[in-house]
Amino acid sequence: MARLTINGKSREVNADPSTPLLWVIRDSLGMTGTKFGCGAQLCGACTVLLDGVPVRSCGTSLSVASGRKITTIEGVGATPAGKKVQQAWAELDVPQCGYCQSGQIMSATALLTTNPKPTDADINAAMEGNICRCGTYPRIRAAIHKAAGTKGA
Amino acid sequence: MTALKNPSRRTFLKSGAALGGGLVIGVHLPQAFAKTEVTTSMPNAWIRIGSDNTVTILCARSEMGQGVIMALPTLVAEELEVDLKKIKVDFAPPGEAYINAMLGAQLTGGSTSVRDGYDKLRVAGAQARVMLVQAAADKWSVDAEKCKAANGMVTGPGGKKASYGQLAEAASKLTPPKDVQLKDASQFRYIGKPLKRLDTAGKINGTTQFGIDVKLPGMLYAALAQCPVIGGKVVSVDDAKAKSMPGVKHVVRITDGVAVVADSWWQAKTARDTLNITWDEGPNKSLSTAAVFQGLADAMAKPAANIRQQGDVAQAMSGAAKRLEATYEMPFLSHSPMEPMNFTADVRSDSAMLIGSIQFQQMALGMAAAITGLKPGQITIKTTYLGGGFGRRIDLDYMAQAVEISKTIGKPVKLVWTREDDMTHDFYRPASVTKMFGGLDAEGKPVALSLKMTSPSVTTRLFPQIVKDGVDPLMTEAILVPYDIANQSVGTVIHETGLRVGYLRSVSHALNVFANESFIDEMAVAAGKDPYQFRRSLLEKQPRFRNVLDLAADKAGWGTSLPAGRARGIALMEGYETYMAQVAEVSVEGGAVKVHRVVVAVDLGRMVNPNIVEQQLESNIVFGLTALLYGNITLKDGRVEQTNFHDFKLLRMPETPKIEMHIVKSTEKPGGVGEPGMALLPPAVANAVYALNGKRLRKMPFSLA
Repeated sequence: MARLTINGKSREVNADPSTPLLWVIRDSLGMTGTKFGCGAQLCGACTVLLDGVPVRSCGTSLSVASGRKITTIEGVGATPAGKKVQQAWAELDVPQCGYCQSGQIMSATALLTTNPKPTDADINAAMEGNICRCGTYPRIRAAIHKAAGTKGA
Repeated sequence: MTALKNPSRRTFLKSGAALGGGLVIGVHLPQAFAKTEVTTSMPNAWIRIGSDNTVTILCARSEMGQGVIMALPTLVAEELEVDLKKIKVDFAPPGEAYINAMLGAQLTGGSTSVRDGYDKLRVAGAQARVMLVQAAADKWSVDAEKCKAANGMVTGPGGKKASYGQLAEAASKLTPPKDVQLKDASQFRYIGKPLKRLDTAGKINGTTQFGIDVKLPGMLYAALAQCPVIGGKVVSVDDAKAKSMPGVKHVVRITDGVAVVADSWWQAKTARDTLNITWDEGPNKSLSTAAVFQGLADAMAKPAANIRQQGDVAQAMSGAAKRLEATYEMPFLSHSPMEPMNFTADVRSDSAMLIGSIQFQQMALGMAAAITGLKPGQITIKTTYLGGGFGRRIDLDYMAQAVEISKTIGKPVKLVWTREDDMTHDFYRPASVTKMFGGLDAEGKPVALSLKMTSPSVTTRLFPQIVKDGVDPLMTEAILVPYDIANQSVGTVIHETGLRVGYLRSVSHALNVFANESFIDEMAVAAGKDPYQFRRSLLEKQPRFRNVLDLAADKAGWGTSLPAGRARGIALMEGYETYMAQVAEVSVEGGAVKVHRVVVAVDLGRMVNPNIVEQQLESNIVFGLTALLYGNITLKDGRVEQTNFHDFKLLRMPETPKIEMHIVKSTEKPGGVGEPGMALLPPAVANAVYALNGKRLRKMPFSLA
């Protein structure tokens, strides 16, 4: 039995310690906002925050995540940066299919938490691990600038 | 075409496709939202009104990002006179009313959703409104003409008021009016306005349910081992280890492979990876990319099915002052939507509940009936949100697999493919080879154009009845140039390569626009003329083409100077009744093409929602840039070599160009916008690269090496 702190709540999970956090969150805890995209830490759809740092939950085992603070899309709105990001996403109507957007929002939140006024280069660096097949990148960039109160190039 | 050699699957496909001919399909209407005290009425197939005034509009197309969830209900709501912000939207079940008249099937594809629905859905909204008004008039014993509908209420003489919820039951019993007066565009409250989408909130807080998020009571999870050579079959399987692993409940053989079913998906997947399977890899086991392209090149020698014969090309070529020829090649592509293929099925002896991300509800019903032996009326099909589709989810192999597994084990099951499964078992965008000849007279005016294209045909597999005389209409999109050239010869040769193919965003527009718009550029260069002006001079009779060409050139600053190391290219097309021009501004950095700026001008007729139109224009440019920079599915020993996003790269944020969009105000009938743009960027970029360094890129993905 492993204990996870997820979105501020303590949860007990019965799964093999090597199970990727992604599948613990989705299948054991039934929180499906975090998405499976590639299973190889290539696309960012499964991004969650581990002690505030964005990680790919498909490549993070349950044992590594145990005892650390996990934030998912279901809880990110409770953080100041996450709330701003979600508001900007809504104002600019960022999502298309929406599948990658949980991961995009987690990465953007982590960026704004550590760097409240990112430049375009900062945004590129923080977001290049998150793929969007629909191509919402221009709106994602604009939304991050909006959330930060900055202007893009 | 391995799938065709599987007779049972072929039967499913046919039975799915055959449902289009007016067969009444049993429609089960889920009313899970209805609380006990709320009754629900349906004035027609598109609208449900609860006694609590909840208005639910059914969306009969699959939402995969393209915005039908917003655009289609907007059309209904505009005439129904309800507050668009307050409506609910449900995805429609399979049903005759929901057949896409442009495709003859309940299918989302071909950028047809708005084109098919523009009149139909407004009429449905207006009919329901008239019935609600009539119900109120009957109730009050007044003339319906003295009553008015607005914001979900009907008002009548003397301050009488009734909500739609109060009227819906009576209204549903009335005969729908045949002729209804639709609003003039000047009266539109929603249509044509850049309204925000209704599905954004759930997509930014994680609550939107995609197929992969479905959970049924008692559901197990499945992972499937499929032959690494598509179409291969299981000879034998050693599943001893898998069966001993934690959580594993079943190991079952199905048509397409061996499924491991477990308490969690990770357990199923981990156990699947231990299966030791001997495969009969089938006839394609030694297929290679080189053999595919050799086959396509050889097919060039075969007689072409005629698409256009105009004038006398041979004579015009022999008299031409300058002659050109060029060959263009397009690779196989994978759809790679972000949500891997998955499906949830609960097949019982007398019913089936099937839920997932699909684009083709009608085929789903036909296939499910064929596999389960159940009657269509016993099968419930629910469409969730799709985590991307791009045509991949027209083919429902993954649904058939989940249905087979559930039927075999007698329990609800969710099958989830890995990304590797998805990449290596797609129905790929056909590869193609196009050979072009052109002739110019002494003044540099084009006098002859000849095009011959070879490619596998998706339609031969999916809808063989519409392939006639060797012509697949979905292989010849945009194959005819709009340019005024007196002598033209255009033909195609269908050539199956062994790798199964499917419809992918923009379908054959991508193949044909790349060849045509690259070659017209080559002709302009040979004529010593500016590529924009050269095109323009050949469009005297094509005002919509010329208009978008001029607009894109003007907004891009065509002809003005650029910083050193940069150049522009232009390209033009019509697709899905939408006219579009793009100007790409490029440089070459580190031996690779870099696209800095794309200006797109589009005339798509009347728009339902410019906000969504802009999303789609951007989306297509990113999609097209992925294709031209990276998109390449290759084969070795019958296997697709690419397995994940490290070797089938998708565009990322830092590579995304600045995109500027200019939409023509138009009262023409609506065109489709979900697809055309991705076809146009590659020639625009190739033409820009030529302008920059004189290197002509005729093969995608582009390589400067």
